Amino acid sequence: MLDVFTLFLFNIIVYNIPLLYGTTGEIMIEKSGSLNLGVEGTMAIGAVVGYLAGAKTNSLFVACIVSFIAAGLVGLLFSFLTVTLQANQNVTGLTITTFGVAFYYFIGNALSNSKGGWPMFSGAEESATKAFYEQSQALHIPVLSDIPFFGKALFSHGILVYVAILIAILMSVYFKKTVPGLKLRAIGENPAAADSLGVNVTLYKYLHIIIGSGIMGIGGLYMGLNMGGTFEGSNCWINGYGWISIALVIFANWSPAKAILGTFIFGFFNTLRVQNAALAYAFPNALGWLTKIPSHFFSALPFIITLIVLIASSLSKKKKSGEPQAIGRNYYREDR
Amino acid sequence: MEYAIELKGITKSFGPVAANKNINLSLAKGEILALLGENGSGKTTLMNMLSGIYMPDSGSIFINGEKARINSPEDSGRLGIGMVHQHFKLVERFTALENIRIGMRGNGRFIHGKDVRKKIEDTAAKFGFEIDLDKVVANMAVSEKQTLEILKVLCYGAKIIILDEPTAVLTVQEIDKLFAVLRAMKAEGHSIIIITHKLNEVMAISDRVAVLRHGEYIDTVVTAETDEKALTELMVGRKITLNIDRPVIEKTHPLLEIRDLTVKNDEGATAIDHINFYIRGGEILGVAGIAGSGQKELCEAIAGLRKIEEGKMIHEGESIVGMSPKKILEHGISMSFIPEDRLGMGLAPSLSITDNMILKNYNEAKGPFVDRKSAREEAQKVIERLEVVTPSTETPVRRLSGGNVQKVLLGREIKSGPNVLITAYPVRGLDINSSYTIYNILNDEKKKGTGILFVGEDLDVMLALCDKIMVICHGKLQGVVNSEHTTKEEIGLMMTGTLNIVNKEGKTDGIAKDSAFTSDEEDKSV
Repeated sequence: MLDVFTLFLFNIIVYNIPLLYGTTGEIMIEKSGSLNLGVEGTMAIGAVVGYLAGAKTNSLFVACIVSFIAAGLVGLLFSFLTVTLQANQNVTGLTITTFGVAFYYFIGNALSNSKGGWPMFSGAEESATKAFYEQSQALHIPVLSDIPFFGKALFSHGILVYVAILIAILMSVYFKKTVPGLKLRAIGENPAAADSLGVNVTLYKYLHIIIGSGIMGIGGLYMGLNMGGTFEGSNCWINGYGWISIALVIFANWSPAKAILGTFIFGFFNTLRVQNAALAYAFPNALGWLTKIPSHFFSALPFIITLIVLIASSLSKKKKSGEPQAIGRNYYREDR
Repeated sequence: MEYAIELKGITKSFGPVAANKNINLSLAKGEILALLGENGSGKTTLMNMLSGIYMPDSGSIFINGEKARINSPEDSGRLGIGMVHQHFKLVERFTALENIRIGMRGNGRFIHGKDVRKKIEDTAAKFGFEIDLDKVVANMAVSEKQTLEILKVLCYGAKIIILDEPTAVLTVQEIDKLFAVLRAMKAEGHSIIIITHKLNEVMAISDRVAVLRHGEYIDTVVTAETDEKALTELMVGRKITLNIDRPVIEKTHPLLEIRDLTVKNDEGATAIDHINFYIRGGEILGVAGIAGSGQKELCEAIAGLRKIEEGKMIHEGESIVGMSPKKILEHGISMSFIPEDRLGMGLAPSLSITDNMILKNYNEAKGPFVDRKSAREEAQKVIERLEVVTPSTETPVRRLSGGNVQKVLLGREIKSGPNVLITAYPVRGLDINSSYTIYNILNDEKKKGTGILFVGEDLDVMLALCDKIMVICHGKLQGVVNSEHTTKEEIGLMMTGTLNIVNKEGKTDGIAKDSAFTSDEEDKSV
């Protein structure tokens, strides 16, 4: 009986960590006053480029660095268009999503149809990606991993799960405690005020958009590895998680710490989709009714929850207290 | 004399509009210099070049005798210049301490770094500020925000401090407090530039006064050797004779009567404070006042675009308070407002002249479709009558020159045949010829018996065009004068709040003798 719960909790974490990467990355960008709707595309590019680099070098570390750089370059493009050329942020973000997902399919299809084929992701003895595969698997943490129930559910994950949580915590400290974090938030709230105090608005925006995008890229890579690294011509690895991340930013009230919580609350419903049958089977009396609900409903559940979250947070003024006041508006010093 | 700032030949243009023309200005060390000028005379633009917001097109800036280039606010701060902007540059969600911390150099990487609080508290104590460093700006009163702004620049070690209209938002007691702080700063060796419209304050606080007019430098005088009258003359200039017609028409009964009108602005402060006035048919009533004295709020209140707090508005014997803007328009009151950017209000820039005509009378057409044919005819009529220069009726409005845009706007307003026309700044930014066309249009309307409220900037024009001029200062009525029997200086003194002639010499200004208010209503309003 316990196993079902363990697995449930385990899956909440394992399958939804990409949301945390996407959400923290987007929070960093939005805190600088920019709204980047290109999360989906940025993650897709980070995923495919990072994965291929990892498969080539047989190293998870290289994969992470490359996906961070690839996604960061997408962030650089976004910054150049919106900060320097003052392009509309919404349109630019949507363009990046369209471009990123198309780039993913383009590379994937081209490689799949080439002579070498799509590199496999496998821990088998003769596999060329054995080390890459093994580095991404669950770590055994002494003592912690051996705790009954929680050891398996919370402390038997791959390194990237812990990195995501570490990023969220560090980002929270960065915003709340440090002077650069204060300056960044000031830009998001009132760029003219920050500018008048000698903060380099352009530099700060560029830097944080690039770092935020890079974080998203690692999230994309994680998703790809979770899917076993296999490219399917009809299904993008990111699968809408980029969009959900944007909604989670609002749910988390622009707080990286709350984003951890939001990810897992959201993950609960997401996991219900995968595991409702198992739950119903384990507890036929208490949860047997779950089987009566059509599976399509569970598939739609994450998006229904997203919708509810957006409506609820839009209705409540107080909840949006973390929203940067200048979000979505480009800043030009000599504006009159 | 040793100078903290010297400006030589500074010129700055925004597009075709020159905001500053060849300005020379100097600020001695340890003095308080008042920068005086009407709105639009280029004071703020000039100061923004010192604070690094704008860059001059030509001319040079010397700080402490050395030539300086100020490319950014950071450069400005490094040179020891601190500016307190008219519209505060504060992050509303941050506390006072966080706001100050943004621009503080050193003291580590953390917000609550070593000695941060102590440093700020010491500076506050030195100049006698009382401030709660942990209060969030959004919860602060205006005077607290200003204290914070001044404390901010002092904490950054600014030696030259520029205050842009610091007293505009303060009460009399708060102004006294501010002046005490300024004197303390001066005693510490700071040099201060204070921008203000109020002559009594200039006299009270400054050592010297520099005057700008229409973007040009006029003169600098020593405060002790001048008086308010001489300064007013420098500010508004000598009377220029203009050839504007002022046909005398038989005036009708009061068309629009306003009693005890009180209106708040967007920030919730009182913009119009218990004002009485009336407009008769066949007269042009001018509204004079420093910009931001409540003109916009007054126009919006009459047009039904802004909620009124108190008072009555009677048009043709019927109260228009609470009516929708559309109802008021149908009632015969038409309003056109030319904002500072000239395109913001009333017209849709990307639509054609015809489409802009439709915007006003779309509801007259029967059925779901717009009546493009008659709108095009109307557009054609406006073009012919007002001599609008345009390739066709289908040209997008934004492609027309400023003067032609304003003609279209005014043409559309008078087309509906209003009997009260409210027009604010109709000649804003126009050249002489276009301006005269607009004056003629207004005079034609006046001859038809329309009552016109003309909110203007240029006193010479108002004296020539208007029959009467009412002067407001900070939303309060300073008096109504007859253009025949007044002078520019008198209006200038009223605009700056030095002179108030309401109810003086038996006048009951703003209340018509043949008022449409019944005695019953009078009793209630008194």
